[in-house]
Amino acid sequence: MIRTTRPKVELLSRSFIEKIVDEALLLLERHGVFVENAEARSLFKEAGMPVDETNLRVLINRKLIEDSLALTPLTVKLYDRAGRKEFVVGHDNVHFDPGSAAVKILDHSTQQERKPETADLVRLARLTDSCEHIHFQSTALVSSDVPEIIADSYRLYLGLQFSSKPVVTGTFRTEGFRPMFEMLAAVRGGDEELRRKPLAIFDACPSPPLKWSNLTTQSLIDCARAGIPSELISMGLTGATSPVTIAGTLVQHVAENLAGLVICQLAQHGAPVIFGGSPASFDMRKGTTPMGAIETMMIDMAYAQIGKYLKLPTHAYMGLSDAKIDDAQAGLESGMGATLAALAGINVISGAGMLNFESTQSLEKLLVDNEICGMAYRLIEGIAQREDPLALRLFEGFKPETQFMTMPHTRKWYRLEHTFPRLADRDTYDAWVSQGRKSMDDRAHDRVEQILDETPPNLADEALRKELERIMRRDAKNNGFDRLPDIL
Amino acid sequence: MESKDRLFNLMAEAVVTGNKEEAETLAKRALSEKFDPNEVIEKGYIPGIQKAGILWEKGEYFLPELISSAECMKAVMAVLKPALEASQAERFFRGKVVIGTIEGDIHDIGKNLVASMLSANGFDVVDLGADVNLERFIDKAREMDADLICLSALLTTTMLNQRRLIEMLKERGLRQQFKVLVGGAPVTKRWASDIGADGYGENAFEAVRLAKEIGPKRGLA
Repeated sequence: MIRTTRPKVELLSRSFIEKIVDEALLLLERHGVFVENAEARSLFKEAGMPVDETNLRVLINRKLIEDSLALTPLTVKLYDRAGRKEFVVGHDNVHFDPGSAAVKILDHSTQQERKPETADLVRLARLTDSCEHIHFQSTALVSSDVPEIIADSYRLYLGLQFSSKPVVTGTFRTEGFRPMFEMLAAVRGGDEELRRKPLAIFDACPSPPLKWSNLTTQSLIDCARAGIPSELISMGLTGATSPVTIAGTLVQHVAENLAGLVICQLAQHGAPVIFGGSPASFDMRKGTTPMGAIETMMIDMAYAQIGKYLKLPTHAYMGLSDAKIDDAQAGLESGMGATLAALAGINVISGAGMLNFESTQSLEKLLVDNEICGMAYRLIEGIAQREDPLALRLFEGFKPETQFMTMPHTRKWYRLEHTFPRLADRDTYDAWVSQGRKSMDDRAHDRVEQILDETPPNLADEALRKELERIMRRDAKNNGFDRLPDIL
Repeated sequence: MESKDRLFNLMAEAVVTGNKEEAETLAKRALSEKFDPNEVIEKGYIPGIQKAGILWEKGEYFLPELISSAECMKAVMAVLKPALEASQAERFFRGKVVIGTIEGDIHDIGKNLVASMLSANGFDVVDLGADVNLERFIDKAREMDADLICLSALLTTTMLNQRRLIEMLKERGLRQQFKVLVGGAPVTKRWASDIGADGYGENAFEAVRLAKEIGPKRGLA
């Protein structure tokens, strides 16, 4: 039997990758990075790197970067809430998750954006839990009905209760790590259990060009020591905060991410790190950061290819759109992005549900994107040889009245060879009319309502929920707030 | 006379093409030839930035061209400023502006554009940068006796600090001394009126129009 080929797309030649990495290393050696965090700077000093305490600039030599790369694990493993289901982040494995930290939600009934509240976060977590092609949840919405100071931990608090999927999250304040870590440890029943079976990825974004802020650096250090994977989210904007050429932006991207990776390894040898990003092809007419631009996707695919060359797990913000409603643009940009990301073998692909330059989530789009992700998975499964011979036997004794449809062969393979989307319209015209001439967005909305009505919440058990609530209440209280919104 | 007009044309051309060195060189030449700096700006450079603005609005110029032109104006103003102040600076500048991205927010592309366009349009602009402490806005505005405080915010979380700054001005009895303009991706007209700001610019041009409308408190000659 012939082995199935995994379809794959690569944009860079080996020599181009080597050139980009080489320039990135030279950049770190000669120009260096700005590191606001004092502890990180002292770690660099201890490692023998030149540190300019006045300008907060650190020069990193090639040797330290190579040593740090050698210390970084090839894969990261995540486990669901129960600690049973394992997800390997690495190689060419693909895991989709909703685009995270949207500050607005598209309200289907009004077709307007509004600020999300607790009930929206719960609905989104429940829907994510129901999406079979979206492996991870993310703290995808920022709730506006709690004080902003506790908005980071509050997202995680709700996500952990209403979905059992591993979670992509991050801190908004240096003090946010502690309560969030405690919640994750509470799910596992201890710090060491969490280290053995990670439940969450924390995103950390350098500020382009070449700067690691205090908050994000602290997150890297805290995560490294707790055994929580850090996702490095470099986000240059071509011609605005990074060089305008795609190759030039890749040099900066690699340099920023490698500086972050070194910080992780200096804090804790062997710390799990994911080579990610959220760069964009900056639009010189509008001054905006289109995530649905084909050039943005090209940058993503290329740095991910470089991440693989460096033997690191990879991540990208793909499969999202800059459209403001769930229209044709939303579908085409998300469809292309998710497909290309899967073909590039990117391990964590964040973006499902997202609109409007990473600022808006849509429950309806989340379900549409789930179908896109399903198509992408089918694509990368490739074309298999199911039987030998492939078809000849089916034609033995073939007569005009012979039907393929009733062959045991057909019945055996059709559900494995072909997928059946729920939301894409494959009805005849008349059937479509008789069902109310609905758009995909309207069908998705019906499905949102149906799932929320019919599927009971995948709730964490009572004792764990009490413990999570205790941690959340204490965090709120420490910040001067006594009340939290009602959840159920 | 003809050579003066030719010089003005070259100045406009330098701004339109974003040639900063040429624009500065021409400004220095105008000074050495003792031309009236006000006339130099109005007849030489302003037509240049106006043309760049027209090309932008027609969709022929994108941000790199537009900002380069605005940066030319900024450079020229720096060269001419001493001479302007010696003559009738108060008359020339359309107003004094303190601008910055608000505390907690490191995004400053939009703010930079507004700052450049304001300078290009004859405002005396002090750009405090990004992640600017609220006290610093107020201190600087008082120090330079600003007409306008422009606050940018990209995040909905940091946007709240725009309200906070206006409250601080009120608490200290300074609200009447400065006009406050707000902008940034999450900011809306509604938000601006809710927090009692004096205006909201959806883009850099809107901001400039608004700033011109409000003008300096001392009145423009």
